[in-house]
Amino acid sequence: MSGRTTDRARGAGAVANPSPWSVAALLIAASVALPVALVVAHVGADSEGIWPHLVDTVLAEYVVNSALLLVGVGVGTAAVGVTTAWLVTMCSFPGRRVWTWALLLPLAMPTYLMAYTYTDLLQFSGAVQSALRDGFGWGRGDYWFPEIRSVGGAIVTFSLVLYPYVYLLARAAFLEQSLCVLEVGRTLGRGPWRSFLSIALPLARPAVAAGVALAMMETLGDYGAVDHFAVNTFTTGIYRSWTALASPEAAAKLAGLMVLLVGAILAFERVARGRARYHHTTGRRRPLRPIPLRGVRGVAATIACAVPVLLGFAVPTGVLLHLAIDRGGAARGGELARLAGNSFFIAAAASVVIVGIGVLVGYGRRIDRGWPLRICARLVSLGYAVPGSVIAVGVLFTLGAFDRTFGTFVGGTMVALLFAYAVRFSSLSLQTVDAGLARIHPSLDAAARTLGRGPGRVMFEVHAPLLRGSVLTAALLVFVDVVKELPATMIVRPFDLETLAVSVHRYASDERLAQSALPALLIVAVGIGPVVLLSRAIDRSRIEDAT
Amino acid sequence: MSCPSLLLFAALSLAAADPVDDVSGEVNVYSSRHYDTDRELYRAFEEETGIAVRLVEASGDALLARIRSEGANSPCDLYVTVDAGRLHAAEAAGLFEPLRSERLEGRVPEHLRHSQGHWFALTKRARCIFYARSAVRPEELSTYEALADPKWKGRVLIRSSSNVYNQSLVGSLLARVGEEATEEWARGLVANLARKPQGGDTDQIRAVAAGEGDLAVANSYYYAKLMKSDDPADREVVEKVGIFFPNQGGRGTHVNVSGAGIVKTAKNEENARRLLEFLLSDASQRMLARGNNEFPVVPGVEPDDVVKPWLEFEFDTETPVEELGRRNKQAILLMDRVGWR
Repeated sequence: MSGRTTDRARGAGAVANPSPWSVAALLIAASVALPVALVVAHVGADSEGIWPHLVDTVLAEYVVNSALLLVGVGVGTAAVGVTTAWLVTMCSFPGRRVWTWALLLPLAMPTYLMAYTYTDLLQFSGAVQSALRDGFGWGRGDYWFPEIRSVGGAIVTFSLVLYPYVYLLARAAFLEQSLCVLEVGRTLGRGPWRSFLSIALPLARPAVAAGVALAMMETLGDYGAVDHFAVNTFTTGIYRSWTALASPEAAAKLAGLMVLLVGAILAFERVARGRARYHHTTGRRRPLRPIPLRGVRGVAATIACAVPVLLGFAVPTGVLLHLAIDRGGAARGGELARLAGNSFFIAAAASVVIVGIGVLVGYGRRIDRGWPLRICARLVSLGYAVPGSVIAVGVLFTLGAFDRTFGTFVGGTMVALLFAYAVRFSSLSLQTVDAGLARIHPSLDAAARTLGRGPGRVMFEVHAPLLRGSVLTAALLVFVDVVKELPATMIVRPFDLETLAVSVHRYASDERLAQSALPALLIVAVGIGPVVLLSRAIDRSRIEDAT
Repeated sequence: MSCPSLLLFAALSLAAADPVDDVSGEVNVYSSRHYDTDRELYRAFEEETGIAVRLVEASGDALLARIRSEGANSPCDLYVTVDAGRLHAAEAAGLFEPLRSERLEGRVPEHLRHSQGHWFALTKRARCIFYARSAVRPEELSTYEALADPKWKGRVLIRSSSNVYNQSLVGSLLARVGEEATEEWARGLVANLARKPQGGDTDQIRAVAAGEGDLAVANSYYYAKLMKSDDPADREVVEKVGIFFPNQGGRGTHVNVSGAGIVKTAKNEENARRLLEFLLSDASQRMLARGNNEFPVVPGVEPDDVVKPWLEFEFDTETPVEELGRRNKQAILLMDRVGWR
């Protein structure tokens, strides 16, 4: 209770007398939020009959499909992510060290490649069903086979590549939990599994929630994969209303509804969490002693870790390899290297910029609880759930107006592209940094401020060392996501700039999937490096804790 | 726009001030034709004229949005896109600078260009019916309209209503048989579908070969590509699936186009005109059409050998492509109403 009162008092103070840091944070957050806000601002405009038409015909389908997809992916990623994170952190079984990093590999696999490869494999004319028909002499209608192009197919494939967000954050949270806390549980008579359920899991809740929220927002913002799966969602509807029906007004109404949905999810978590806080009250830690799993239990743990890696990484990679070798045509090494180089440098530049934004705004929010920054930060978070194509249009609109006003030429430059990435992915770095900051008890800030340090020095001297892991995580997540990003890159990019994702789309949209296989494999390959780095960084943080 | 963000952008743009140079030796193209031959042609144009071609490829809709947002500052000189619907959207948005060129008007037939010279078609493609040779005799096929016949219940494959080729096909029906008959037809077609509309045109043809349905609707060049493929699996598809050109003896098979127009705010208008003329020369037409197995728009230019026999069929030359574009929105709303995904 007293905490709340102080917050409010500090908030009021911050508005009246803002620090330079919080002003900078507000400026950045407002700029990044602007394109999304512009899109949603059309919400009240007259749609010339398009909106009632959508309500009468397709809206129900958009809502139902999007909701099913969100709930399914939320449950799926939470189940897979938390289980695997717990197993590799708290238990010991054969191959645990390998699974620890291998479980991150699906992060390098874009959802649209999952859609391309699994459809190629599992649709009626695909390899699996063709083999079944040939083998058993079946024809159409003689057998039942799950339809891959469906909401169910989308839920499963999305969960298989998005669970690493939960895994990553849950594992970091488990690693940070002091064994002392768990041992208290054990001395009070809880078994290892019950102390997981009643102590570790509730303590990891903010991290798990943040991971699930990221997975759900990525799901909501996806266009390429749901389009390929023939599932109509908000994103396909927004794109179609905006472009084919030429009605930005109807698109904005759909986007507004979608934003409400995201808001409802975030609010639900907030309400459920109530007033609980999750700071660690002590820095004292003891290294974890893993629970050994032998025999059947060890096998079960291995299977639990192997299945997501196989299905979310090995199988799609295998399909792509097969396509590339079998019908890929001649490889043009020079061109592929150029594309990979472009993807790499753009992603690297974007992660530096976006992590900077995340730290600035995240930390700004810690020292300034005033409402303007809070609202801007919320809007920044929405960017991740808005489809890249819509963001691209918002960015073009914003920069177009800016260029016309000032006679500049920012549109069509790399700055425009980086800005689009910032709008789309700042949420990723902001959430990761926030999760890191949430674990640092405010008493540390207070102590440092009492000792006469300004907010900037508190940041660099106290928080920076504690936040290093979160910042690195944010940078690598953004890097991998930018390498995979397609629609905004396509639409906003400068002349003659081509990336791996653009090249994959060029072939795939012309129904030349086999020729897209090589650049697709390179997307995965460029993403694996950071993924392995990520895993190492987390491990190192644990070793340092232990010493 | 809020004041803080303006300041931020000012700072950013000072850092990145990269004014579009006014060198006359370039032409800037936004294109949604993503074929390798197009790029070869741009290179050939560069060699012939010394004018550098700078390119951004993305979907036609997205590029249209980009030009509109860029406004007077837009660097785009020539907008190249596929489908009448997109060309019409660009024209309706006042994007094109009308071009009066006796030379081009003499080369491109009237129904394949905008009446005021806003855009010119570059290639044309036919939307055909494909049938399983084992289950359907070609004599059973006649028109698009007949696809709604209940005898095809559960046997027809077609892609989603978001696809512009389908939108233009429905647009052509709207133009020729009227809204009421078209809606009834679309309802019948949806009732006959073998599966929820999904995938691309090639996917429809492959699904017929695999036995998922007996009839499919797809563009001609996808089938030609399978005919020319050296993958045995593709040739097996061609053996199992036949191509049929509907509405012979009537209005002819529906054709659609890819096309281009000069942008009103073009900084290199003269170069854009030269590129457009270059793309409509005999040599380029041959290459454009062959690269993607389409039909040239300039009469007398021969398409690829695989496609050549199809020239004997009747194509719908009565419905101006411009009309399909005007009907685009009406077509989409109609498809939504009948539950065509």
